[in-house]
Amino acid sequence: MAHYEAPIREPLIVGDKTYHDISNDIAAPIEGKANKWWWGVFLLALTAFLWGIGAIAYTIGTGIGVWGLNNKINWAWDITNFVWWVGIGHAGTLISAVLLLFRQKWRMGINRSAEAMTIFAVFQAGLFPVIHMGRVWNGYWTMPIPNQFGSLWTNFNSPLLWDVFAISTYLTVSVVFWYTGLLPDFAMIRDRATKPFQKKIYSLLSFGWTGRAKDWQRFEEVSLVLAGLATPLVLSVHTIVSFDFATSVIPGWHSTVYPPYFVAGAVFSGFAMVQTLLIVMRKVSNLEAYITRVHIENMNKVILVTGGIVMVAYLSEFFVGWYSGSSYEDFTYLSIGAATGPYWWAFWALILCNGVFPQLLWIKKLRTNYTVSFIMAIIINIGMWFERFDIIVINLSRGHLPSTWTMFEPTFVDIGIFMGTVGFFFVLFLLYARTFPVVAQAEVKSILKSSGDNFKRERDNK
Amino acid sequence: MSDKVIHAIYDDDDVLLKAVKEVREADHHIEEVYTPFPVHGLEKAMGIGGTRIAITAFLYGLTGLGFAVWMMNFMMIEDWPQNIGGKPSFSYAENMPAFVPIMFELTVFFASHLMVITFYMRSKIGPFVKASNPDPRTTDDKFLMEVPVTGDEKELESFLTKTGAIETKIVEKH
Repeated sequence: MAHYEAPIREPLIVGDKTYHDISNDIAAPIEGKANKWWWGVFLLALTAFLWGIGAIAYTIGTGIGVWGLNNKINWAWDITNFVWWVGIGHAGTLISAVLLLFRQKWRMGINRSAEAMTIFAVFQAGLFPVIHMGRVWNGYWTMPIPNQFGSLWTNFNSPLLWDVFAISTYLTVSVVFWYTGLLPDFAMIRDRATKPFQKKIYSLLSFGWTGRAKDWQRFEEVSLVLAGLATPLVLSVHTIVSFDFATSVIPGWHSTVYPPYFVAGAVFSGFAMVQTLLIVMRKVSNLEAYITRVHIENMNKVILVTGGIVMVAYLSEFFVGWYSGSSYEDFTYLSIGAATGPYWWAFWALILCNGVFPQLLWIKKLRTNYTVSFIMAIIINIGMWFERFDIIVINLSRGHLPSTWTMFEPTFVDIGIFMGTVGFFFVLFLLYARTFPVVAQAEVKSILKSSGDNFKRERDNK
Repeated sequence: MSDKVIHAIYDDDDVLLKAVKEVREADHHIEEVYTPFPVHGLEKAMGIGGTRIAITAFLYGLTGLGFAVWMMNFMMIEDWPQNIGGKPSFSYAENMPAFVPIMFELTVFFASHLMVITFYMRSKIGPFVKASNPDPRTTDDKFLMEVPVTGDEKELESFLTKTGAIETKIVEKH
């Protein structure tokens, strides 16, 4: 009875799989050849990436005056994109760490790709503050070192410096967590590789993993402790990102609800991105047996919950702003002024994409449908981009002094850098999908007997 | 003392777990077991003690916290105190709320990275380490038990086969 699992739980691995089948299925995309679709999408992403590099080079060479920023709106797409990408990253850690602590077995089919997404997304996020410095060659001034003119140190009272520490801790810890989990899977690829070059590469990547009993014991303990550390870490990261706004005195930014609201929004957008990627990947890489309807439905449920939290935050912000009776609050990003002002389209994009459409997921038929889930994920990705755009641009466009009220117009450089990071993200993810074991096969093997379709059926028929 | 060991290969984790118990009951020493995934209860059955790596993580975390406090106290209070936004930096305790985020981040940073480095060093894994699993199938779907030969090797071989091993091989170990 060691592998007993309640019959009411749907199998997480469908089809009659054996341990060896799992190895074959996970190794197949690595050992096979890329098809036309992969090359098509890869070249498209690469083009966008190169365009982005051009736009970044132009920005660095000329200065950030090439962006659409003006006197009043001095933060815009760059910080929008930064927060958007960091937020997307949060889902990977939530899946790999929080769900591990809660012993959710369904995380095993998707945690590898979700964490890969986290790392690639945080990487994009990190680019924006660096570019926004204008003089990127002075980027190391954010490190706690005295500057060369004396012994002036970095300012540890500043939320922007907290960001430096939070994001770099988050990125490096995520990489280490991800890589440690990858070792047994690289070892599996290494031991079955027939081409000498492939064998060499995977031998190097697998760090000589052999799977001794003691190593597994430590491996599991390390995973558990890393999950315990990564859980508060991921909450702290978006909390600190929200401090960038919440500690200021700009109407609409100066809000104590920001930290929990940002974290919920981050998980919301991150799960949408995981859906976007995995619904395609399960088809393209023939992983339908491991990323099932159950996985998609569970992720949709998380989207519903976090989307609900976000919606409640919107409503309370709107209400409290109005109830305060302060005239400044009439023009914040959640106010009558925003809903009817020149940025009405951004306001309603936020409400519709994040608040209204996701409610359709309450219907079981829709949240178990792949096409609907995919479209919904895209809508949420767009909606969450608008959330950050609204927070930053709408609030800055309507300041304390009406004579300074203005609009923001992105230049081709703003757009180019954003598209460039989208391209870069997909370049990394597509390369990952062809060279890395995209499902944590060792972990999946450990739940095969409890959650595998054939094993469950056999046990239940007894 | 003979340098010979038997490599017994199993193809099921439950059979392996039962075999480990039987082999130990028959007073044979199990040198090592290689498995493709973590088999729960295996280390207990083999008599391997618990790991103390979580304790090291706690100590590394304390180190990180201490380092953060020392660093910010030195930079913000002792070496170059500044009046930032009307909030003078005269004592660490009074300014502490602003330092909490970085105290937390460095605790996590130290605990995570040093624990993983400890894990890699203790388990002797790392870049350029050559894998030493005796059979490549042990990362796929087979489980390998290494038992040193004492006494009659034929007898031991048939005993291991009886516990469910699908293959046994006598190997000279150097």
